[in-house]
Amino acid sequence: MSIREIREAFNAGSGGPEAALEALAKIVRGESGNGSLNAFLCTVPEDALSEQAARAPTGRLGGVPVAVKDNLATSDLCTTCGSKILEGYVSPYEATAVRRLREAGALVVGKTNMDEFAMGSSNENSAFGPVRNPVDLARVPGGSSGGSAAAVAAGYVPVALGSDTGGSVRQPASFCGVVGVKPTYGRISRYGLVAFGSSLDQIGVLSRSVVDAAEVLGVISGHDPRDSTSSEREVPDLVGACSGDVDGLVIGVPEEYFPDTLDVQVRARCEAALERMEAAGATVRRVSLPHTRYAIPTYYVLATAEASSNLARYDGVRYGFRAPEAASAEAVYCRTRSSGFGAEVKRRIILGTYALSAGYYDAYYGRAQRVRERLACEFADVFAGGVDVLFTPTSPTVAFPLGERVADPVSMYLSDVFTVTANLANLPAISVPVGEVGGLPVGGQFIGPAWGESTMFRAAAALERAMEGSA
Amino acid sequence: MSAVYETVIGLEVHVQLLTEEKLFCSDKAEFGALPNTRVCPVCLGLPGALPVLNGLAVDLALRAALALGCEVHETSVFARKNYFYPDLPKGYQITQFELPLATDGALTVTTDEGERTVRVRRIHMEEDAGKLLHDRVPDQTAVDLNRAGVPLVEIVTEPDLESPAEARAFLLELKQILGYLDVSDCNMEEGSLRVDANVSIRPVGATELGTKTEVKNLNSFSAVAKAIVVEVERQKALLDAGEPVIQQTLLWDEVVGTVRPMRSKEESHDYRYFPEPDLPPLKLDRARIDAARTSLPELPTARRRRFVEQYGLPVYDAGVLTASRGTADFFEELADAGTDAKAASNWVMGSLMELANQRGGEVSVLPVTAEDMAELLALVADGTISHGTGKDVLALMTESDRSAAEIVEAEGMAQVADEGLLEAWIHEVIAAHPDEVRRYREGEDKLFGFFVGRVMSLSQGKADPRRVNGLLKTRL
Repeated sequence: MSIREIREAFNAGSGGPEAALEALAKIVRGESGNGSLNAFLCTVPEDALSEQAARAPTGRLGGVPVAVKDNLATSDLCTTCGSKILEGYVSPYEATAVRRLREAGALVVGKTNMDEFAMGSSNENSAFGPVRNPVDLARVPGGSSGGSAAAVAAGYVPVALGSDTGGSVRQPASFCGVVGVKPTYGRISRYGLVAFGSSLDQIGVLSRSVVDAAEVLGVISGHDPRDSTSSEREVPDLVGACSGDVDGLVIGVPEEYFPDTLDVQVRARCEAALERMEAAGATVRRVSLPHTRYAIPTYYVLATAEASSNLARYDGVRYGFRAPEAASAEAVYCRTRSSGFGAEVKRRIILGTYALSAGYYDAYYGRAQRVRERLACEFADVFAGGVDVLFTPTSPTVAFPLGERVADPVSMYLSDVFTVTANLANLPAISVPVGEVGGLPVGGQFIGPAWGESTMFRAAAALERAMEGSA
Repeated sequence: MSAVYETVIGLEVHVQLLTEEKLFCSDKAEFGALPNTRVCPVCLGLPGALPVLNGLAVDLALRAALALGCEVHETSVFARKNYFYPDLPKGYQITQFELPLATDGALTVTTDEGERTVRVRRIHMEEDAGKLLHDRVPDQTAVDLNRAGVPLVEIVTEPDLESPAEARAFLLELKQILGYLDVSDCNMEEGSLRVDANVSIRPVGATELGTKTEVKNLNSFSAVAKAIVVEVERQKALLDAGEPVIQQTLLWDEVVGTVRPMRSKEESHDYRYFPEPDLPPLKLDRARIDAARTSLPELPTARRRRFVEQYGLPVYDAGVLTASRGTADFFEELADAGTDAKAASNWVMGSLMELANQRGGEVSVLPVTAEDMAELLALVADGTISHGTGKDVLALMTESDRSAAEIVEAEGMAQVADEGLLEAWIHEVIAAHPDEVRRYREGEDKLFGFFVGRVMSLSQGKADPRRVNGLLKTRL
């Protein structure tokens, strides 16, 4: 069911907790036994869900079951970030985005599995086991919001919240064949989103349709006095934008996102999608974003530098895991962090610490900041030059088999090549299914100008309609 | 033979801002609450919590910067200082690093050695850390995070001070100024003012600075002066012996009166500063800076000068009266109410400060207003009561809400100026002491005081001594 259908039933008083209870039943069924997706780290008990439903106000998300990535603070469920270091941790407060969901009538059914502290592109870095792709259980769902993407793709819930620091919503959406959107940096309050790379992190939405993503994004967006980086700009009517036509819309296609090395089939699906957009009235214009080739190193310097600082608080002193039998404060730190964090998190903390070290700061962090600014200017110039929205593949490949890239972090990092630029340039971006290759979904990405979510949703909804016509 | 050295001192002063709430959350920034009762997700550094800047703290820091003649920057940037310590909940302190709030100020201080202008290198805002408690849990260390996130400014001087006395004078002057501005109470016992001193010496006439050491754990102004003396002597001994001074951080031991090096581990930090991504740059437009400048009160130096010129006070009096804004305000109100300025000064510096000291506060804490005081001093001036009785009346005024006139009336403390009564007392005294009268008349002048004393005593202190003097002279 769509959000609109659930909401109408709920708000009319005839729905009650049915949709949410059904979602919970699906999760419980789907997550047990062999072939479990392992998409959830915890779920709300059935009676608690009924109580929640009884108290839930009518509203834009009345009665809508929502899954929430486990790096968003919830006061009734775990918030572990997929890490042993926060195993069993329950937040005493709620993230603003979660609070806004509940105030709109949504029912949180559970917390989804993820790469530890959102560091990963396959969901294999969770301390609580990998998530499987519901399309093909032998493959990864993408990451780091792999649990949220799998939960939506499996049909457990119509929508889920994720977070996107370098593609962590869009890439798993692409791998699982669902819609995934990350708005402009500052559109959604990060209060209660456990920080990875603070200047890059944005909460995002995964859903089965573009309009459902718009519904949820509209509810959780907008200024929050608890997050100084959240914008006071008014939130546009994103649902309304979904019914707009694309006649005369100029779609920029950056050549750097269609390199010779791109999977031939992925390229073909994206080109086909562009043809459909042209058929719907849009104009396609080839553009160039030459600094794209510096995006991955720039991203991995900045994100790891911020992460090295953001993750310093997990020291075993106040909450979460503490290594037993440590005799001194230093031993508490050392043992807690050595055994509490997984390998990828430790790798990134070390990388980030190095990038900020005396004598290396200018060469790494300082330079990366300058490239980031240059990259943002380059995007701004393209949009100023008459392009309304950009279109690219979301990921260079379809979902890869579990275990394929675990031993090769660089190849894993490179799978973010088309998504990190939107984070570096603070731009909104959305991944929409554009077909399949060998039964595996392919996603196409629209990148909008800063605060240009309306145009981006208009394009994404039009593409979705055009794709439906093709099946 | 010992060479002749000169001392070079720079100070780093941490001052707690007098805001009700913490720097990045709305917990109370009060001292002395039960451990860990003034905390929230933000100052506990819980996962997902974010800082939000307290605008009132910015206003106070801005006032301090302007009062110290600094250039306030329209854009300053918060940064993270990364290090691990159990009292630091986030694993980093939010401070300002490359782009501080203000730079390039100056403060002139006066000592017996003369005037010295001390340049202020920078003033920046930062949050305080929590506190480790070593005496609460046997054999363990507890952490109290009430202080975590309390707003501070750090004031860093250039190495312009040349003696411990100048360092002390600088701190006293700074404390006065910050008190005038209501920026801080600068209470060293409660930790709202903390000082580190950078100390070096060099042969007189040398242009290059010697190797400096940083002396920490200075818990009072006198500790600052004492520690600098000790450290300078230590450095002199090293240089005289041909040994180098090593750049290091030293801790002052107040009990033993020595400095000892911090363990190298404690100081070998690479803080990995970088701009705080959770806070946008702090923007202060010209208008806000100018408005803050316009609203600054008259500062102690200017006020001292004016008290000398306007009220004709001795420099000493002006210095004592202007040490705190409350006392200076009290004096000025009193003097402006028509009381003779020198008399007002004497009363404020004498009886009033004494009474205030007994209560452990300043003159402004006494339940006596300048208006009440003016009424009392008018009674002294017109002879209704003597100076001595005035002090007794004042003491009674601090114990009740009665006015001076009411007390004098109710307690029958007015001086007796009635000639008939005075004559009667004088007559009685002369009659009772024929011997002394004879000796006085034979030239023993010093006995005059004896007669005055007898009359005063007979009157139970109420006789107007000036009239007694006049009448006694004629009767004897």
